[in-house]
Amino acid sequence: MAILDMDGEDGPKFIPDPLKIPKLACDSMADSAPYPAYPEHNMKLGFPGELLDNWQEVAIAKIGDLASKNRAFQVYLDACVKCGACTDKCHYFLGSGDPKNMPVARQDLLRSVYRRYYTFAGKYFPWLVGARDLTREVLDEWYSYYHQCSQCRRCSVFCPYGIDTAEISMAAREIMDTVGIGQKYCNEIIGKALEIGNNLGLQEKALRATLEDLEEDIEDETGVSVRIPVDEKGADILLITPSADFFAEPHIDGLIGYAKVFHQAGVSWTVSSYASEAANFGLFIGSYENMRDLALRIRRAAEDLGVKRIVFGECGHAWRVAYSFLNTLAGPFDFLDQNYPIPQHILEFTWDQIERGNLKFDKTKNDHLRLTYHDSCNVARGSRMGDKPGGQFEIPRNVIKAVCNNYFEMDRDTTKESTLCCGGGGGLLTDDLMDIRVKGASPRMTALQQVTQDHGVTHMAAICAICKTQFAKVMPKFGYERDSILSVHQLVSNAILLDGQITDDAPVPELEMANEEGTS
Amino acid sequence: MSTLYALLFYFATIMLVVGLGLRIAKYARTPAPLKIPTMPAPTTRSGVFWRMSREVLVFESLFKSNKWIWVFGYMFHVGLALVLLRHFRYFIEPIWFWVNWVQPFGIYASFALLIGLLGLLVRRIVVERIRYISSPSDYLMLLLLIGIALSGMNMKFLAPTDIVAVKVFFLGLLRLQINELPTSASLLVHLGLVATLMIIFPISKLLHGPGIFFSPTRYQVDNSREKRHLAPWAAELEK
Repeated sequence: MAILDMDGEDGPKFIPDPLKIPKLACDSMADSAPYPAYPEHNMKLGFPGELLDNWQEVAIAKIGDLASKNRAFQVYLDACVKCGACTDKCHYFLGSGDPKNMPVARQDLLRSVYRRYYTFAGKYFPWLVGARDLTREVLDEWYSYYHQCSQCRRCSVFCPYGIDTAEISMAAREIMDTVGIGQKYCNEIIGKALEIGNNLGLQEKALRATLEDLEEDIEDETGVSVRIPVDEKGADILLITPSADFFAEPHIDGLIGYAKVFHQAGVSWTVSSYASEAANFGLFIGSYENMRDLALRIRRAAEDLGVKRIVFGECGHAWRVAYSFLNTLAGPFDFLDQNYPIPQHILEFTWDQIERGNLKFDKTKNDHLRLTYHDSCNVARGSRMGDKPGGQFEIPRNVIKAVCNNYFEMDRDTTKESTLCCGGGGGLLTDDLMDIRVKGASPRMTALQQVTQDHGVTHMAAICAICKTQFAKVMPKFGYERDSILSVHQLVSNAILLDGQITDDAPVPELEMANEEGTS
Repeated sequence: MSTLYALLFYFATIMLVVGLGLRIAKYARTPAPLKIPTMPAPTTRSGVFWRMSREVLVFESLFKSNKWIWVFGYMFHVGLALVLLRHFRYFIEPIWFWVNWVQPFGIYASFALLIGLLGLLVRRIVVERIRYISSPSDYLMLLLLIGIALSGMNMKFLAPTDIVAVKVFFLGLLRLQINELPTSASLLVHLGLVATLMIIFPISKLLHGPGIFFSPTRYQVDNSREKRHLAPWAAELEK
């Protein structure tokens, strides 16, 4: 019955097909729900602190309000024909078997209420079209199951009308926030990012100290002084990166990679102390206003520091917000150098440098790794890199192949636009949701297990702070070490040869220009 | 009976045209605040035209998703399209040349249509996941269409009705005259169900037809870095 047997005698047992459809286990995840936000978390974001007395009225009105402000929400509430194409596409369904985690069923939790109050059939023949009243039970069900959606949009790839469950789930969360039922994890973090500048609540002083330590580490390792500047006015590039890159493993090794690439490319750059966060959790709670406020911090930092370019570090949903929404939320960016993409992804920057032949690598430095690459959902389905569709798939792979010798692809049905979410995205990366996180990760872990069996893959690279944290946490439950997940720029950092770098005791490496490797 | 059906068809036509018109106007007026194309997406308008054409003409996403639903869904929709084209002959005089040309295909397309519908119905009942998400209306919609198909096929293949009189009736309706409608059971069932379908079209899931053209994940161009997209209500926030 279980998809993943955690208590097998020889460790966890896997079902060989990552996309195997489970038997329905009705309401098996009904008890999964994140901690609710405290009143002060909600109020900081402009929401009521606690559940309103007239919450039904307010929630129903909010459905209509959102439907009139968001075409996707309106059309997606109407257009579903229940064909069933999406039913086996959600990683949380594949991992849990709970039918309410099938995308269409998740949408129907809200659609049934929309029908009851906003459609002819639902008003007069509710039993006919599955319409239902908005009761406290329904609200609790929303809170549970709309926090079992990572808004990864895998279902939207497969829907014949492009119905995007993320749009429904974001709207549902906004409706819940509007009546005073917020999620602690997201709302607390948004408050911190707005107030202090990053999701971790890392103050400027601590940030500077951390980055100075890192500079020392790099110098100890390479003998080269590589800077990680903070609030440096007049720098060319403002780096906006997830704050996990300053603190968490394996993220921090990625940050070292960016610093080395910038150093070797010879550009001046800086991070901002108060826009020290790429993540934008306003997306997760579906709040345009909060997402906009967070995005405007970045614009302000770019203006204050007088930079010419904005580059984003490795973060999935942050890159979606940056690539797809930043121009909308905080544009127009006439004051930046129009010769570069606004904003630019660090991988676009690095790949461009590699193509120009500005970076030298010793690929053997990564020979102890046998690698695969996990496409992060928001990068894959919510953004692009480079100037051609699909660049978001090619550029990270090009960079990996330029710095590593042993690279293998996972099952094509689980990569690129069909990639599986890590299980921790969309505001679920909190310990109170660990059960659903592990279940949601199991399809990806099965796909990884396949390439481990077939090609001896030992490590997986990713370009998303949430993916990295999630995998570091759940991989041990699937028989991998917690450091089996790596930043792509960690691989770059391992292999890059800085000018003047001291060589270690290893035999003199064969220097190779990456672009001669035929990596594309 | 003729008067009743005449009024029914006037009513159904008004419901269909006005209802659908209002719905489409609502979709068209509702702003899309953010660029959310499902990537990879075309970077030009002509690319979007091509993407949308593939979705509408060959159901590309459904094909990627589930071959069985695609097979049955495609048989039904293509069958229905051919049958509908064939039916033009009952509303125009003289008959356009391409309506004559499509006639033989339209007749046999009814089998594809019926098989498609039955396949979808069987899946809805047999496949646990799809049964779980089905409401009574989902079954009734299929039964309604199956009823239309069977009554129509009965007239075509087994018990022909006075089709010339039917045409006179509908040509009359177009000129606001009510002529005598034959009273064969199949015909009355067929027309009654068709009118029902027309009436519920704008208030049911049949809105997926116009809906797909207003689906931002499919119609939006991937150009957000180059071109600023701003909804009117969002522009208000900037003031």
